Amino acid sequence: MRLPFPFSAIVAQEEMKLALLIAATDPTIGGVLVFGDRGTGKSTAVRALAALLPPMRVVEGCRYGCDPGANGALCEECQARAAKGVLKSRMAPVPVVDLPLGATEDRVVGALDLERALAQGVKAFEPGLLARAHRGFLYIDEVNLLEDHLVDLLIDVAASGENVVEREGLSVRHPARFVLVGSGNPEEGELRPQLLDRFGLSVEVRTPEDIKLRIDVVRRRDAFERDPAAFTAKWHKDDLRVRKQIIVARERLGTVDVPDAALEQAAKLCVKLGSDGLRGELTLMRAARALAALEGDAVVTDVHLRRIAPSAMRHRLRRNPLDDTGSTVRVERAVSELFGA
Amino acid sequence: MSEAAAELPRWAEAALAASLFAVDPVGAGVSVRAHAGPVRDAWLVLMRALVPAAMRVRRVRVRVSDDRLLGGLDLSATLQAGRPVAERGLLAEADGGVVVLAMAERLAPAAAARLSAVLDSGEVVLERDGLALRMPSRFGVIALDEGLDDERPPGALLDRLAFHLDLDGLSGRETFGAFHTGEEIVAARARLASVTVGDEVLQALCATAMALGVISLRGPLLAVRAACAAAALSGRDAVTADDAALAARLVLAPRATQIPVVEQPPSEDAAPTEPEQGADAPDTPPPPEEEEESAGDGADRPLADRILEAAQAAIPAGLLAQLQLMAGKPRGGSAGRAGAVQRSMTRGRPTGARRGELRPGVRLNVVETLRAAAPWQGLRRRALGTVLKVGERPARVEIRPDDFHITQYKQRAETTTIFVVDASGSAALNRLAEAKGAVELLLADCYVRRDQVALVSFRGKAADLLLPPTRSLVRAKRSLASLPGGGGTPLAAGIDTAGTVADAVRRRGATPTIVLLTDGRGNVARDGTPGRAQAEADTLLAARMIRAAGFTTLLVDTSPRPQANAQRLAVEMGARYLALPYADASMLSRAVRAAA
Repeated sequence: MRLPFPFSAIVAQEEMKLALLIAATDPTIGGVLVFGDRGTGKSTAVRALAALLPPMRVVEGCRYGCDPGANGALCEECQARAAKGVLKSRMAPVPVVDLPLGATEDRVVGALDLERALAQGVKAFEPGLLARAHRGFLYIDEVNLLEDHLVDLLIDVAASGENVVEREGLSVRHPARFVLVGSGNPEEGELRPQLLDRFGLSVEVRTPEDIKLRIDVVRRRDAFERDPAAFTAKWHKDDLRVRKQIIVARERLGTVDVPDAALEQAAKLCVKLGSDGLRGELTLMRAARALAALEGDAVVTDVHLRRIAPSAMRHRLRRNPLDDTGSTVRVERAVSELFGA
Repeated sequence: MSEAAAELPRWAEAALAASLFAVDPVGAGVSVRAHAGPVRDAWLVLMRALVPAAMRVRRVRVRVSDDRLLGGLDLSATLQAGRPVAERGLLAEADGGVVVLAMAERLAPAAAARLSAVLDSGEVVLERDGLALRMPSRFGVIALDEGLDDERPPGALLDRLAFHLDLDGLSGRETFGAFHTGEEIVAARARLASVTVGDEVLQALCATAMALGVISLRGPLLAVRAACAAAALSGRDAVTADDAALAARLVLAPRATQIPVVEQPPSEDAAPTEPEQGADAPDTPPPPEEEEESAGDGADRPLADRILEAAQAAIPAGLLAQLQLMAGKPRGGSAGRAGAVQRSMTRGRPTGARRGELRPGVRLNVVETLRAAAPWQGLRRRALGTVLKVGERPARVEIRPDDFHITQYKQRAETTTIFVVDASGSAALNRLAEAKGAVELLLADCYVRRDQVALVSFRGKAADLLLPPTRSLVRAKRSLASLPGGGGTPLAAGIDTAGTVADAVRRRGATPTIVLLTDGRGNVARDGTPGRAQAEADTLLAARMIRAAGFTTLLVDTSPRPQANAQRLAVEMGARYLALPYADASMLSRAVRAAA
């Protein structure tokens, strides 16, 4: 496999990088959508993140990578194992699973194991991509080109955190909690509102227009392609620092204080933007908390809310697809009205 | 103007691009815009001769199913072997070769995305038919673009192809052989890894890309690669100004979306672009015969300026004029028709089969269903307790509801609404803003129904296709907002353009609906000359052609009082007529919904 481009060597695109770090810190945020111009390093950033995530503890021999510490959320096999005694565990890398275009439904949800059916005449379940992505990331490049029936399926599983397969008299259910990361180019079609809403954060990426930044991008890419190993080694220290930041932030997450005043501000912002449902407020709160944890702050303040508001809210505005002001502008306007300029 | 910026014949550029591609073909490519014919064939022969013999060149048709493109389960081999056998798709088979995409302008965005993913990652990731495979695949792409007017290969693919050649209008006599021999290419390939790029060159190429309005960063990145290939071809270990200038004219110029400001080069405030002299050492061996470049003149000016100048010289004159009118706007106007063969091939095309329940109204795809059932036969018979004797053939095939595959048709789902907006002076005065409002409301509707929309406007002397069929609201909004008003009323041209677009939509297997907003009073004839009599005759002729083609059409009369002209036009077009004395957007929206 080719070496991924180092995360810390990605030039600019601060909002995208921050959103990915927040999702890595608190997976309950509900995924990240990255929409924007061609050639802005959308896929590069996601693949780079995979390389730097700290490993996680999984149950030895579990096909779904269950967390030995999570009692309520074990798969059926692990529940049986746990009943017999203590679960053995090992460290494994956090999965970052690609959902390639053209994937068929049986590979996404899982199906009968063809090999064993043919060779041994045995009905066995072969887990799919959703199982592989459990506790990790499911990445869909060109998410707006994904076929509709697969989109429906993802929405369903992402909402329930569980994948249910009924096929050939086989009935399997297993936990499938993953951070959905989608990327795409809006010129190739919009995303269905139902799927849009499933993403916790949405980021707009633009090609940098500052000539110095652009030169940096070209320079680093050229250096990387010339000698991937040397380039990766050069950025290894910075990548380790980011990894450390994620680890520390995860530990700190539980202790970050979210005062009532911050919750109130979040609620006010949602009302102001006319976003319905609690999802917006919840995401604002969680993302602000994760941001505070990443930056080493003990209390969530307006500063955190302000920074996170565009990513958390821009895709939740009531859809007026023809309003000329972009949703980012609308969010920023509401933010400055609420928090003062 | 230095000699780097001198005219280079188009064929020479194309031949040079073939050489550069042959030096560094993997993960890159060339788009060749030309009709099928001797010129294009000559270029392909030239390219094939330069690309290493070990690289297989294979042709891929654009209408290719995922099974063939990505691969899947090889059913007969699987059944024979008694274990799953994967069939490699075209993209995996192309590993180490060159993919020639015929009729790339017809490539679906979904297929372009699959191709792009492989180009980027160097591997085919397959998650199909119970198989999960990663197959390395590194290849180069030649996209043959036979598009007319604004038909283009998908942007996602074009963005990744280094060279965009336009051979249209060249005659066979202008072609000649390659600049380089196969041995020179081989030598250059060996040298390529050791070629270095100076920081000034990187900066200059980035600045040039910016000045030409090349937004995507793949532009300068590909230009850097091309410059390295050029240096390797010339037997140099470092990229010189000439290499960079060549890369700029071949890679950046065709991507230009704006004219650089000539008086003050946009790079002038970027500090690092100091006058540069060292890289272009006077003892540099002259580049191959195609560029009688002298290093003397121009070497005292900033590198970025010279590269920009070279790129600018390569922008065709017609493009400059067009860019000055409106950056990046697709050309409208003259009607182009693809051959009748395409028509029959694509119309009402099924878009494939997928697993699904058998409900009324869906069509069972028997072949796919049997394919899905085949591997499981042994398992099912065993479950039923059926035992076959040796050599005995099973009496029946065991099918389960899980196997059912239904055929999906594109036609059922897709409608394209073509808005034709009268933006002439008479309409602009009172109704253009209202018409825009109405169209915007309709766009919102189309968005909800996932319809495609297209936008045609006519004013002055001709009609313009402002927006080819798209589902992107972003683009629709943008082109509607920038729609100017004023001038004569070339109604006939407007109807003609709408007919052409509708025809193209129908050929793709979708259903077009034309919504024409006008007061029905044309005063400019088809050929652009003013004169009411000829204009009216032309308009009626155009209208009859719409009726003959049988398109669903709605005519919205936007004149303050209902007009006899518009009513007559509606009859001639076979259109529903709707008088809208006070353009009421919501009423209009209801009317279109009823018509569609």
